[in-house]
Amino acid sequence: MIVLENTPSAVLVLAVGVLCGAGVYLLLERPLTRVLLGFILLSNGVNLMLLVAGGRAGASPIVGNAGDEPMSDPLAQAMTLTAIVITLGLSAFILALAYRSWQLHGHDEVADDVEDRRVARQAALNAPAYEDADAAETGESLDEEAATVHDEVAGDDAGTEAGR
Amino acid sequence: MLPVLLLTFALALSAPVLVARLGRRAFWILALGPAAAAGYALASTTAVLDGRYPVTSIPWVPGLDLSLDLRLDALSWLMLLVVGGVGALVLVYCSAYFARDAFGTGRFAATLTAFSGAMIGLVVADDLLLLFVFWELTTVFSYLLIGHYADRKASRRAAMQAIVVTTAGGLVMLVGLIVLGVSTGTWRLSEVVAAPPTGTAAVVASLCLVAGAATKSALVPFHFWLPAAMAAPTPVSAYLHAAAMVKAGVYLVARFAPGLSGEPVWRWSVVALGGATLLVGGYRALRQHDLKLVLAFGTVSQLGLLVLLLGLGTRAAALAGLALLGAHAMFKATMFLVVGAVDVATGTRDLRRLSGLWRAMPVTAAAGLLATASMIGVPPTAGYVAKEAALEGLWHDVTHGADALEVAALAAVVVGSILTVTYGLRFWWGAFGTKASPADGGAPDGGTPAVPHRRQPVLLVAPPAVLALGGLLVALVPSAGERVLAPYADTYPAGDPGHLVLWGGLTPALATSAVVLAAGAVLFWQRVRVERWQSAMPSPRGADVVYRRSMRRLDDLAADVTGATQRGSLPFYLGIVLVVLAVAPGAVILSGLLSGSTVAVDVVPWDRPAQAAVVGIVVVAAVLATRARRRLKAVVLVGVAGYANAALFLLHGAPDLALTQVLVETVTLVVLVLVLRRLPPYFTDRPLAASRWVRLALGVTTGVVMMALTLAAPLARVQQPISVDFPAESVEYGSGRNIVNVTLVDIRAWDTVGELSVLLVAATGVASLVFLRQRSGAVLRLSRAPGADRDDGGPRRGVWLAAGRTLTPERRSVMFEIVTRLVFHAMVVFALFLLFSGHNSTGGGFAAGMVVGIALAVRYLAGGRYELGEAMPVPPGLLLGTGLFLSAGVGLVALLGGNEVLESFTYDVHVPLLGDVHLVTSLFFDVGVMLLVVGLVLDLLRTLGAEIDRQGELPENVVAVVGEGSR
Repeated sequence: MIVLENTPSAVLVLAVGVLCGAGVYLLLERPLTRVLLGFILLSNGVNLMLLVAGGRAGASPIVGNAGDEPMSDPLAQAMTLTAIVITLGLSAFILALAYRSWQLHGHDEVADDVEDRRVARQAALNAPAYEDADAAETGESLDEEAATVHDEVAGDDAGTEAGR
Repeated sequence: MLPVLLLTFALALSAPVLVARLGRRAFWILALGPAAAAGYALASTTAVLDGRYPVTSIPWVPGLDLSLDLRLDALSWLMLLVVGGVGALVLVYCSAYFARDAFGTGRFAATLTAFSGAMIGLVVADDLLLLFVFWELTTVFSYLLIGHYADRKASRRAAMQAIVVTTAGGLVMLVGLIVLGVSTGTWRLSEVVAAPPTGTAAVVASLCLVAGAATKSALVPFHFWLPAAMAAPTPVSAYLHAAAMVKAGVYLVARFAPGLSGEPVWRWSVVALGGATLLVGGYRALRQHDLKLVLAFGTVSQLGLLVLLLGLGTRAAALAGLALLGAHAMFKATMFLVVGAVDVATGTRDLRRLSGLWRAMPVTAAAGLLATASMIGVPPTAGYVAKEAALEGLWHDVTHGADALEVAALAAVVVGSILTVTYGLRFWWGAFGTKASPADGGAPDGGTPAVPHRRQPVLLVAPPAVLALGGLLVALVPSAGERVLAPYADTYPAGDPGHLVLWGGLTPALATSAVVLAAGAVLFWQRVRVERWQSAMPSPRGADVVYRRSMRRLDDLAADVTGATQRGSLPFYLGIVLVVLAVAPGAVILSGLLSGSTVAVDVVPWDRPAQAAVVGIVVVAAVLATRARRRLKAVVLVGVAGYANAALFLLHGAPDLALTQVLVETVTLVVLVLVLRRLPPYFTDRPLAASRWVRLALGVTTGVVMMALTLAAPLARVQQPISVDFPAESVEYGSGRNIVNVTLVDIRAWDTVGELSVLLVAATGVASLVFLRQRSGAVLRLSRAPGADRDDGGPRRGVWLAAGRTLTPERRSVMFEIVTRLVFHAMVVFALFLLFSGHNSTGGGFAAGMVVGIALAVRYLAGGRYELGEAMPVPPGLLLGTGLFLSAGVGLVALLGGNEVLESFTYDVHVPLLGDVHLVTSLFFDVGVMLLVVGLVLDLLRTLGAEIDRQGELPENVVAVVGEGSR
């Protein structure tokens, strides 16, 4: 028998709010280590939220152990369990990024994207952000342009180049 | 039709191989594709004449109403003959035209053949969407062909311009086709034309289709891409820009005119665009010096004439248009091929540098003369027959009370024809004539005129000669042409039927022709004056300049949008995401609260009182973690919050979650501390910026919204949860009593497989970030440790950990080594217990893998990286791969028994001594999970532990180089 009542308990809701709030606060920081810690806190908060949404507390969902007490919802638990392990994988990845950043720059702060800033700067100046041959006006006439185009025709390879 | 189409595309695919094997001769084989198309058209002539149109219909994408409907009526027959015949001749011509070692011949041959295939498909398609598919294919292939010499800026520019213009038009055309399909309820082209829509749908469709045709057939104001596309190799110009691609727009107009030319908007736009193009092209052709450019503007002009005649909607004009369509393909392709031959012979196309070639290249000059005669309408050529029919038809209508539109059309045709005569004569004189003086257009630099210095291969001379003679021959039997083409012209709604004749008596049309020829000849005679007058005239800013300016504006707009949205700041992006998260649901909740329409939610203070105490710990730890400036302190506080979370799980009745959370938290802490060894102890000192308050506000808002969502979540439940059946199902089908574990390995096993792949990817990502150049380093066995050779080898008595001696003495701890020695095996046994009992009580693959991982971590911490190598002497990739294979791959075995993937089975086996063993196949799944998790943790220890150790022991400059390597 599964717990069907899903009235949330206030303390757990509070825990969700604090974990998510603190997580977001850290997530918006520049040092990757803090971003990582924020990510872990946020994940914990969301995991807890999933569990609360699944229903109220109950006995452990093991058939035969519960006796008469209804069991807590196993589906929410299975989902949360996978989420916990994935959090580990992603945390490790961010950590590796932080280490790599430290290795390259001597710190683990996320810098602004250089290319994005350049594009924004050029846009502010109304200067072309990249070279676009399709938009460039060369001022050459069609005739002049056509004179530069010559096919690789038969005979070019026959040593008659001098005859040109 | 389908076999011809498939043959051509198959030839295109094999073209690179053929060219590599046979060189230029491969073009002969490739020519078989279009030749087969032309042959098929000829073979079907009787059937088409009798009105028994060959039809093929194969469903392709029924959901999109897209099917391979092919149909060969009189118009398609003509187009197929043109596309196939000219295509085959041009391919043969290519074999003599290009140099033996020319760049990218294989690719060129493939693209050109594929283009002819797309063109064949386009002209026989009888499905609106199929027509569009082939239409766009021709656009793409023509882009590749124009840009064949991709190393030249002019080619790239021309190709880009052509594809932008024609694709834009193609999309507009697609809108028109969809309007037609939806408003008529059928996607069959022939049915749509037979029963066209009326009203708004017809107006929209007309405008869209004319726009598509205008871009494809280079009508004003989109004519500029065609002259620029002369950057393509000359055979491409001969095929695409005379006979095939640009005719697609003309074909479109001819195809839909019987249905839509009753619409005034269709007629007006067609006559306006066609007439303007006819005049602009002719006018500008007079000013060019490059022979290909003369022809290009001439083509623009002729395309205008064709669209005008075929779109006007009267039968006589349509018949003349169809005849001119065929004649134009022959004479214009001939002229381009002739220019190619001149180019090969002399190395130039500048008509000011050519003189007296008619003597040196008599056959080519004769072919050129015939083609020119056909273009300007000298009897007895195909061009003359067509133009005479056009004038005759227009005169007839004008004298029988036609509207002003037709009068305008007649005037445009007359003036345009005069210009055609002038630039036609100029072309032939420019290519082959003998020039007397520089004033007469001789060499501009005063240098010697170019002379032919290369021999003329027969394959370079024959194709244009064949085409030119063809233009003469069909003109000698105009009644045959009329018999084939009249049935299609008669499907037009208005006007009296026209006729194709060589001699129609002394009519106004004949007189007009004579005047046109005379006026054109006079203009040519006075060419120096005309040229002077033209250069004195102010030339308006070209349409191509307008095009380039608008492309520039587009670039600017894109840069502005990018600059405004892509700020390059990670916190900014995250902030946007979170603001959306907080604002969207938050606004809904807030508006509900304000309007009083919310449903009251029930809350209990707690499920168990102990929860309150644990939540207190969580809150304090989380808040302190946000304020910590010291890395280690922050990490430990986050760890405390994590462990407290595990306690909450346990209190909630989720022992599996609690166990996993504790283990994961432990591994996370270990790994974090391993990396923190290398990072500075404090976070970078940053001034208290205003942004801190923004972050605080965003954090608090998100927290509050998440709380509100958690409170509101129960309201979303309107059905009984699916998990009520899980207890019974897990025992019955999964043969396990731990419902969470059975859910993971059986009921929702696909989720777990997905999760395992994420873990594998994450582990690989971590390894590649740290190892940089390889998946992972070598397994560090003790025998490879520095100083290992000094030992006598083999584990010695009295040593707790074999690799302990590889550590420096100050890093060693004997107590730790002893404890490690004692607990390691116990932990591994415990992990196995968790694995096997997990199906029925708390535990399972995840927990077991984590416990093994922690055991490995203990070994590593106590004995260093060589100890880790001794403890698990396999690369982590092997564990990860085996794990994923066991969990996902073994699940496939169930397919063999005709069951669902990942379905589990139970076997009761009697084993001597042990008694009855209850074996569930999902155990393999769980073993796979365990192996993968062990692999993940091992990967983390080896990279973030062992490899960072190693890099830390390297001298500074080596680390710098390691860092450089990946930039």
